[in-house]
Amino acid sequence: MTQIGNEYIEHYPKWREDLPGKDLAWLAEIRAEAFERFTECGLPTRKTEAWKYTNLAPLTKDIFAPKVSAAVRNLTVVPAHAPNETAAHRIIFVNGRLEADDSAINALPKGVRLITLGEALEKEPALVANYLAASNKPEEPALFEMNTALMTEGAVLMLEPEIELETPVHLFFLTTDEAAQSAMHLRNLIVAGKGSTATIFETYLGTGKTEYWTNVVTEVVIDEDAHLRHYKLQNEGEAAYHIAMTVAKIGDRATYDSFALSLGSILSRNEIQAFLDGSGIDCRLNGVNLARGHQHMDTTTVIDHAKPGSNCNETYRGVVDNHAETVFQGKIIVRQNSQKTSAHQLNRNLLLSDEAQAKTKPELRIHADDVQCSHGATISELDEQALFYLRSRGIAEDVARSLLTEAFVVEMIDEIEIASIREAMRHSMVSWLSEMTGM
Amino acid sequence: MPSLLEIKNLHATVEGREILCGVTLSIEAGEVHAVMGPNGSGKSTLAHVLAGRPGYEVTKGKVWFRGKNLLDMAPEIRACEGVFLGLQYPVEIPGVSNMYFLKAALNALRANRDEPELDAVEFLNVAREKAELLGIGETLLQRGVNVGFSGGEKKRNEIFQMALLNPALAVLDETDSGLDIDALKIVANGINALRLPKHAVLLITHYKRLLEYVVPDKVHVLSGGRIVETGGKELAFELEKKGYATFDDKETPTIATGASTQGARTHSE
Repeated sequence: MTQIGNEYIEHYPKWREDLPGKDLAWLAEIRAEAFERFTECGLPTRKTEAWKYTNLAPLTKDIFAPKVSAAVRNLTVVPAHAPNETAAHRIIFVNGRLEADDSAINALPKGVRLITLGEALEKEPALVANYLAASNKPEEPALFEMNTALMTEGAVLMLEPEIELETPVHLFFLTTDEAAQSAMHLRNLIVAGKGSTATIFETYLGTGKTEYWTNVVTEVVIDEDAHLRHYKLQNEGEAAYHIAMTVAKIGDRATYDSFALSLGSILSRNEIQAFLDGSGIDCRLNGVNLARGHQHMDTTTVIDHAKPGSNCNETYRGVVDNHAETVFQGKIIVRQNSQKTSAHQLNRNLLLSDEAQAKTKPELRIHADDVQCSHGATISELDEQALFYLRSRGIAEDVARSLLTEAFVVEMIDEIEIASIREAMRHSMVSWLSEMTGM
Repeated sequence: MPSLLEIKNLHATVEGREILCGVTLSIEAGEVHAVMGPNGSGKSTLAHVLAGRPGYEVTKGKVWFRGKNLLDMAPEIRACEGVFLGLQYPVEIPGVSNMYFLKAALNALRANRDEPELDAVEFLNVAREKAELLGIGETLLQRGVNVGFSGGEKKRNEIFQMALLNPALAVLDETDSGLDIDALKIVANGINALRLPKHAVLLITHYKRLLEYVVPDKVHVLSGGRIVETGGKELAFELEKKGYATFDDKETPTIATGASTQGARTHSE
């Protein structure tokens, strides 16, 4: 057997002793079952179709032990990077642990709970018991199972029915060199009750140059008529591994609006499994990947239309410079009874160097006959005519290249409805563009 | 004092094919010249070579602009030095607003002259004034560069850019094509506004129509990659009557053998 990741299986009994909530029988059972399933398959290899283009072998070179000890508070690091808008609710984790002093979680309106997973397991396990690992299993669950077996911290946001939370909730994960060679198995849980409205902004930021591994699972439950905007900025450290899976279960007439900007990590995967478990759903999955150097950036989505009459629209754009590589895998499933489904997918890639690579794999499995579905994928270079046009007006070549690259992605960012989040994303994009070398 | 533009025995190839086979031409400050000629004679190639378009390879000859070697300069440097190319087919650039593009361009030129950058408000004031002269509305300024512009709007946008950047030499490649009479007059007014003692315009055109509104000081006939005749404005009228056939007949053998300047009736010098 050529299973990889056996080191993690061997160490698990020892690690288990330090995990939160180890006195909870139901949790121990969930963890044990998940661990057993992980043991059966190990970490995914490229022989698995869903991982054909992304190689996790670097995670087995040296073992990444779970980060369980309390973070050493570093006053100079946190304020410099933490979101500082007084208007936002925020929960800040440094190296996988809550930074209570910099978080702002108390001013929430009635009907909204924002608490860490660790605290919930310790003080209010009933709050999360029905939701953890209760969502639909992803198609290739190995890392999900590993996360369930090892989850230590994360944010739990719960909205009671009909609650409209106008202020965005920031989930901020900062990793420093103190977390070198360790793994953060983060678990977020977001439950939007019937008819509720909320905006989540997940940020992953790494300040160091050392290797670490963020393995995050975000479980999202959107009840009927609820509206969730879910933004994510992945700007992990330059040697980091970021493997993220969002599993969303969406009910009748609900909307899920997801946008992810990825520009960090040496190897990353942003996977979204959207289970459209109702009719009249409007699901939007969008994102921008900016890759350079030797980065590998994977976006994988699975949208499962389980009921008739729902819509999904997904657009991902990637810019790939130097020797970097991006992957897009977009699966859309329309089940036999899911008539009147509308599903549209577009993946566009811009290559800025001869060595850059973009791999794109649309996969539509349509079993119903009365549907509107489309998909498109493009891989192109900067338009030479446009480049010359700009230069002929006096704009220097590097500026012209950066301007055209910005034009390729900026309209995606312009669509972000929340101004403060749009500006944060734009800021990250502009700073990436300013470091463009290309050529 | 050197000529504003001096082209000497210019040869250029595109994708390995020789298109310009020894063009010689000079333009003094204050002049408007027209280059006319049949399809495929090398008119557009001449314009693009002057602007430095990649892929247009100069194999022989010299081009001096205000006494400097133009051919050594990158396209953006040529623009900063005062060369402007009005394109026959202006490029659409979705995602870059016309205003943003022009502000970046104007500030690049200003930086080259050690002038302070214009901020958004200062730029808008300058841009609005020029835009009004060319009948360019606010919405066209805010839209993506040339995106969704009609053919006429694209050409007016080129002249608007020219007015804003105020080049010493404007090379206008068939700016008149596809314009109705009203748009043609607007464009002609824009060009005439640049008839200043220190500026010059090189009009590249098929037809004399534009030349009725922008009366040239000199007209050159380009055929087979060379200037085969130079005259005053009356030459344009003569061409309109007789067509280019007489020049084609004369040139066919010399083009076939790839010989240089033999056979031209008169030269521009």
